[in-house]
Amino acid sequence: MKFAILTFPGTSCEVDMQHAISTVVGGDSEIIWHKDADISKYDGIIVPTGASFGDYLRPGALAKSTELAKQVVAFAATGKPVIGVGSGFHILVELGLLPGAFLMNPSLKFETGKVNVRVNNNTKFTSAYEQDTVIALPYAQQFGTYYVDADTAKQLQDNNQVAFTYTDESFNSTAAIAGVINQQGNVLGMMPLPERAVEEIIGGTQGLPFFASTLKNWSEQ
Amino acid sequence: MLEPTAQQVKDEKLYLQLGMTEEEYDLAVQMHGRLPNYTEIGLFSAMWSEHCSYKSSTPVLRRFPTKGERVLQGPGEGAGIVDIGDNQAAVFKMESHNSPSAIEPFIGAATGAGGVLRDVFSMGARPVALVNSLRLGDLTEPRDRFLLKEAVAGMASYGNIIGVPTIAGEVQFDQCYSKRPLVNAMAVGLLNHEDMQKGLASGVGNTVLYAGAKTGRDGINGATMSSSEVAVEENDELPVMQAGDPYLEKLLMEACLELVHHDALIGIQDMGAAGLTSSSAEMAAKAGFGVEMNLDLIPQREEGMTPYEMMLSESQERMLIVVKKGSEAEIIAIFDKYGIEACAVGHVTDDKLLRLLHKGEVVAEVSVDALAEDNPVYNKPSQEPAYFAEFQAMENKAPQVTDYKETLVALLKRPTIASKEWVYNQFDTQARANTVVAPGSSAGVIRVAGTNKGLAMTSDCNSRYVYLDPETGGKIAVAEAARNLICSGAEPIAVTDCLNFGSPDKPEVFWQLEKSADGISEACVALNAPIISGNVSLSNEVNGKPIYPTPTLGMVGLIQDLNYVVTSDAKQAGDAVYVVGEAKPEFGGSELQQMLEGKISGKAPALDLAVEAKRQQDVLAAIRKGLVQSASDVSEGGLAVALCEAVFGNELGLDVTLTGEAVTALFSETQSRFVLTVAQEDVQAFEAIVTDAKQVGVVTNNNTITINGEDGVLVTGTTAEFRDAWKGAIACLLK
Repeated sequence: MKFAILTFPGTSCEVDMQHAISTVVGGDSEIIWHKDADISKYDGIIVPTGASFGDYLRPGALAKSTELAKQVVAFAATGKPVIGVGSGFHILVELGLLPGAFLMNPSLKFETGKVNVRVNNNTKFTSAYEQDTVIALPYAQQFGTYYVDADTAKQLQDNNQVAFTYTDESFNSTAAIAGVINQQGNVLGMMPLPERAVEEIIGGTQGLPFFASTLKNWSEQ
Repeated sequence: MLEPTAQQVKDEKLYLQLGMTEEEYDLAVQMHGRLPNYTEIGLFSAMWSEHCSYKSSTPVLRRFPTKGERVLQGPGEGAGIVDIGDNQAAVFKMESHNSPSAIEPFIGAATGAGGVLRDVFSMGARPVALVNSLRLGDLTEPRDRFLLKEAVAGMASYGNIIGVPTIAGEVQFDQCYSKRPLVNAMAVGLLNHEDMQKGLASGVGNTVLYAGAKTGRDGINGATMSSSEVAVEENDELPVMQAGDPYLEKLLMEACLELVHHDALIGIQDMGAAGLTSSSAEMAAKAGFGVEMNLDLIPQREEGMTPYEMMLSESQERMLIVVKKGSEAEIIAIFDKYGIEACAVGHVTDDKLLRLLHKGEVVAEVSVDALAEDNPVYNKPSQEPAYFAEFQAMENKAPQVTDYKETLVALLKRPTIASKEWVYNQFDTQARANTVVAPGSSAGVIRVAGTNKGLAMTSDCNSRYVYLDPETGGKIAVAEAARNLICSGAEPIAVTDCLNFGSPDKPEVFWQLEKSADGISEACVALNAPIISGNVSLSNEVNGKPIYPTPTLGMVGLIQDLNYVVTSDAKQAGDAVYVVGEAKPEFGGSELQQMLEGKISGKAPALDLAVEAKRQQDVLAAIRKGLVQSASDVSEGGLAVALCEAVFGNELGLDVTLTGEAVTALFSETQSRFVLTVAQEDVQAFEAIVTDAKQVGVVTNNNTITINGEDGVLVTGTTAEFRDAWKGAIACLLK
């Protein structure tokens, strides 16, 4: 299964993602520059983190205006998987593929560390985890507070669209949401960074089942 | 506005405003063979500023050992390069951005990080890590709290947006830095040997390209400004600061790293201090050629810029590149992919002149050697300050302490000792996922991608020791940096330095500079870590008072096998706690002395380099055999602080017994000491290697720290009460 890892000007964490995918059997990927790209031939799309367009105006807002962004929307409509982590999540929200918006962290500062999240294993991206298992994943973000209105939050929960939930009030996100999928279940956005947790020596291995689930479920399509 | 004529520059002594002395002006006239016009005198003043020419510090810098079996590029290029085997090399440099940070700390710190990153990628290396070293007042004054908050935010913003992880650093606090912070940034990169670049303009007819941001009127005369002291009160005369754009630099970096694989590339250099002037003159002088540029072709952000303004601007994120004639379109296409403006602005000549054309006229024509090579060099008068003999005559003795626990808690709350979490949590420490050890341990460790090797890095300097005794203090700075690398399992391989001092025109300051350089040199030789790059920042004074002499050292070490990386956190209960080295009553310049007396005095702790080297080798050997669970050195605050810090990370406790006089045992800052923990099954093998190690107790899991002396308990309390004091102190001081 071959993923396209999208890079916009300023994207910096495409290499982490490529490395993470390569750690899973059968994982293959290509790093794609935003210009002159045709992404339709790939089996899945990943939008990695990093400050696309310098995070100027609003993280993800300028990436939305690229030609490639239109292709991402079309690709998502085909039902193939689209994943956005960190600032990649910002971009998917800006594109309207996922609901909500982002606020600056309550500290108003960029923050790095590890955070505990509870996993909902009833998605194609997370099925290799035990239901409700709590994992620690790295994060690195300034706009880490996910916001949706109360009705949307309830819908997300009722439709089984919440993939990851903080175990405490980290970042003050609505309903402690750390990651969501769309209604069709093929678009995932999450703020914690599973690609930085695929090796014991670099941040642990609790992100590995994420890649294992994703590859297994989507290559069986 | 009309520019002054060459005659007016002379008659009205306008060069004085540009920081040139009368003697320097006369020398420039003599070299130039005629009266320099206003643009030309601008070129001279910038290139002969301390910042660009090192005219005061050159005699001192010559003392540094710069050669070694690993050194591929020593001082003189954008950054130094050391071989790390397998056809790979580490590239690094530390640079100061003190003056801009004193005025506008966010921008100053951000552009500091940006500049040193450019130095690294202009050598052809991909930056893989940032390290920073900050010095501020003790946070009792609002201005210093503001400076810390903004400087950290500025550094963080640049590194985070460009996507280079910050993995190590240090912050120390003393009122000598109040309103005059030191902001030193270090960047470390990796390259394959064949991609190594230099800043050379060679080959007559080859094309000079300009790439990056447009030139504006920002930072004009920055090099001259940063070579003078800042009077913080006189806000009305602040110069225009150059702002940074990490997004643009990210694109510039990617383009340059693509460019280094192109055969047509001859040379590349960052437009740093003195911008177009220094990059063009230095590239030509180093290569033995000349450069002619048509300033009409320089991308300009503002209208009506004069040649003087264009040449002296320090707009950020610009590179000067020399490529083979005929390859321009291919090279420009590389920049175009990233949306970076690049254009031909001139060519290489054989006349060793920097010739500038503007609106069809030659507006400047100056020898590149006169600008970049033959600058005046001063052997400044040097004089031992009166305080030195006085301090040396003082007896070493332990201060009076009545309540050991209260004293320990107070030390843990001192901002210099307290956890720097508030600072490093703002940095993306894991970007690109090669960070093995993030900030918070003795050194940061990054994996060399695709290998099982690692680079450890640290920055260190206890300026109080350097003030009391520059030679010993200089040695200690090197030894401590090396110790921090050793404690991670790395072998020190090279050093970069940032010499932050007061005005070199003060003989006492110059003496500090000379003596500390002697100490640094001796230690670098003893510990086999040559100096491969660096930077000098003089005239760090506020209202005539110099800072403590602060030769900050950035050191990089090589880890052969990442399976043997050690951190400073004890790992499990039951492990034996060892201390290497005996405490002596050495409190000169110690955190305890400063805390109790509000000032420092006496002798700096002594350092025996032979003992230091042996202990470092022993500890490293034990680590490489997998016999050490955790390691840290004993530094500010002494052994009690080091013991506590060892168990904060994993919520353990410890029970140890120290011998000797209690205050000395707990708080002395005697050098060449380590705290190590060792699994019980490895105790024998460990003791056979680290012969100076003495077991003092065990790691426990009862969440209690107990330090016993010869006559019973000296300190006991829960791990949490000590940790909370240490962990929250800086955030608390900033409220």
